[in-house]
Amino acid sequence: MSLNVEHDAARRALPSEKPLRLLDNAGHAVTGAATGGFSLPGTETLLDLYRKMVVARRFDVQVTALTKQGRLATYPSAYGQEACEIGAVSAITADDWLFPTYRESVALLTRGIDPGDILKSFRGDWHSGYDQRAHRTSPQTTPLATQALHAVGLAHAARLRHDPIVALTFMGDGATSEGDAHEAFNFAAVWQTPTVFIVQNNQFAISVPLARQTHAATLADKAVGYGMPGFHVDGNDVAAMYAVTHAAVDRARSGGGPTLIEGLTYRVEAHTNSDDPTRYRHARDVEHWKRRDPIERLEKYLVSEGALTEATRSEITDAAEALAAHTREVITTEAELDPLELFDHVYANPRAALLEQRARLEAELAEAAAEPR
Amino acid sequence: MTATKTRSGGGAASAPTQLTMAGALNAALRDAMAEDDRVVVYGEDVGPLGGVFRVTDGLQHQFGDERIWDSPLAESGIVGTAIGMAIYGMRPVVEMQFDAFSYPAFEQIVSHVAKMRNRTKGRVSLPLVVRIPCAGDIGGVEHHSDSSESYWASTPGLTVVMPSNPADAYSMLREAIASDDPVIFMEPKSRYWAKAPLALPVTTAPMHRALVVREGSDVTLIGYGPTVRTALEAADAAVDEGLSIEVVDLRSLSPFDDETVSASVRKTSRAAVIHEAAQFGGFGAEVAARVTERNFFHLAAPVLRITGFDIPYPSPKLEEYHLPTADRVLAALASWEWDLS
Repeated sequence: MSLNVEHDAARRALPSEKPLRLLDNAGHAVTGAATGGFSLPGTETLLDLYRKMVVARRFDVQVTALTKQGRLATYPSAYGQEACEIGAVSAITADDWLFPTYRESVALLTRGIDPGDILKSFRGDWHSGYDQRAHRTSPQTTPLATQALHAVGLAHAARLRHDPIVALTFMGDGATSEGDAHEAFNFAAVWQTPTVFIVQNNQFAISVPLARQTHAATLADKAVGYGMPGFHVDGNDVAAMYAVTHAAVDRARSGGGPTLIEGLTYRVEAHTNSDDPTRYRHARDVEHWKRRDPIERLEKYLVSEGALTEATRSEITDAAEALAAHTREVITTEAELDPLELFDHVYANPRAALLEQRARLEAELAEAAAEPR
Repeated sequence: MTATKTRSGGGAASAPTQLTMAGALNAALRDAMAEDDRVVVYGEDVGPLGGVFRVTDGLQHQFGDERIWDSPLAESGIVGTAIGMAIYGMRPVVEMQFDAFSYPAFEQIVSHVAKMRNRTKGRVSLPLVVRIPCAGDIGGVEHHSDSSESYWASTPGLTVVMPSNPADAYSMLREAIASDDPVIFMEPKSRYWAKAPLALPVTTAPMHRALVVREGSDVTLIGYGPTVRTALEAADAAVDEGLSIEVVDLRSLSPFDDETVSASVRKTSRAAVIHEAAQFGGFGAEVAARVTERNFFHLAAPVLRITGFDIPYPSPKLEEYHLPTADRVLAALASWEWDLS
């Protein structure tokens, strides 16, 4: 669907309270109003998304296990949210920019960033471990919704330069309560920047449920007040996430302005390894959402279409296992950290005070190294 | 006074004319925008109005609204979007309308502007300038006269400067815009209308250097922004009392020019720092500590702080009682035991 044609209507209409969906939970193609006029992506695209999700799931499970073994300081899992993240991030190109939060490690993996580089921050080596410019991906941001403004500013700069660049940013349901979310939505709409906002509504901000964040029927409703289109999408339907984001990206790239997409999903794992979800939610709710698994859904569809052969499945499993092995290897190999590097990147223009402090630490290290053990 | 020379490569300097600090800042923005199309300016009321202090007067008319524009009224949004623009290679110069209106942007400045370069190991520098009209003495109603400098100066990753005169205002703003580091550029509101004869373009000392703006032998008065004038007034008045005061204009709060300050203090052996901000936890505490740590055995007396009181900034009709004056400076100096024999 071309969002440009529908623009005036789309930006005034409240999104459907029933999530937009292209594949139902049984893996059947959806028809009629529920599709919002979007078409199911082709089999090749769906197979590619399936492959990315299976690999990402294996990665996520592996990292959670490594965290429990004490190899990482923390890890916010995206188990069950693969469709939301991978569907959205697959709709932008390598020239576009991504502004992720700490929850989007599997989106970064899909973007081609090495697990070792993604996990440097969670292992505690440095605050961001990948090459942000090479991957056109900003650091995974912790202060909620702040990165959405960076996405708006970058998109605006690209627009002023007449570069066909789109900035896509993620935020969670809790983050929509932050002032910066409002400011980002508003600036993007007023400036008509090529920005796509993905709100990953996984229904919990650590322990606090969605009902305590908003009184709106859907988080996508918020778009209407800013004068941009909003879509309430089944975030466990990777086909729908991909199709809607793709349309929003096309629209942004052609000068049509920003779009807000809410992916309704569920955080199956704890917030991080230090969280205890049994204190605030029922196991039966988690089981209910596990039965809506995004990977199983697509798999059912692909099998029914005869698009997923045993050979392909086994090839994907092998790729996932190879990535898990690579992840284990890079995480269990201790990095050489240089404490003196703490001083090297703070300022572009060197400072006398920092050079003095660096020399002091260097002397301490030399002294410690010279001491008999 | 400040030694000045014509900026090299900037074309022929104009004949000296009387220029206010607001006018000098306006010229700096104009010249930076003309020289580099990556420089964009935005904030509240900076477009057709030319800013509430007219610092951006006429710029939108000259450069158009894709180079300078009015943003929505939200300071976190202004600074947050400037970060994204800087990542893309622009050099945004954004205005916080008044000191106290910069507080909504505190998180973006402290958590991102200050930390991005370090977090990304130098891959992502943020060459942006946040202009903050600062301090009081303009009869402003509540929230229009704060002194926020110590918040920024105590944040690693930020460069914090404050000019005290039109020549520095021009030169330092040009340098701030050209810097690859983010700069909090504080503009003392009470000095916006101070005039000086100026031939533009002008290059004064590098912005990280403090300057001795008046030589003396008995006391070093350390000021910045609005209190440089206070220090100079005190120095004038002290002549009658037989006291020779040296005045140092810090110009940069972060980084801090220990070399210039210590050289002056070692010469005079006495130091006092003057600022409008409250004393407790204020920037004067850092100055006093640094001066003492480096020059203790050269000091004849404890370092004094002559500052605003530890109270919220007063209403306009009471601000004169709060602000440090030349008389208050001289009274403080008199509290030292002097042995002028």
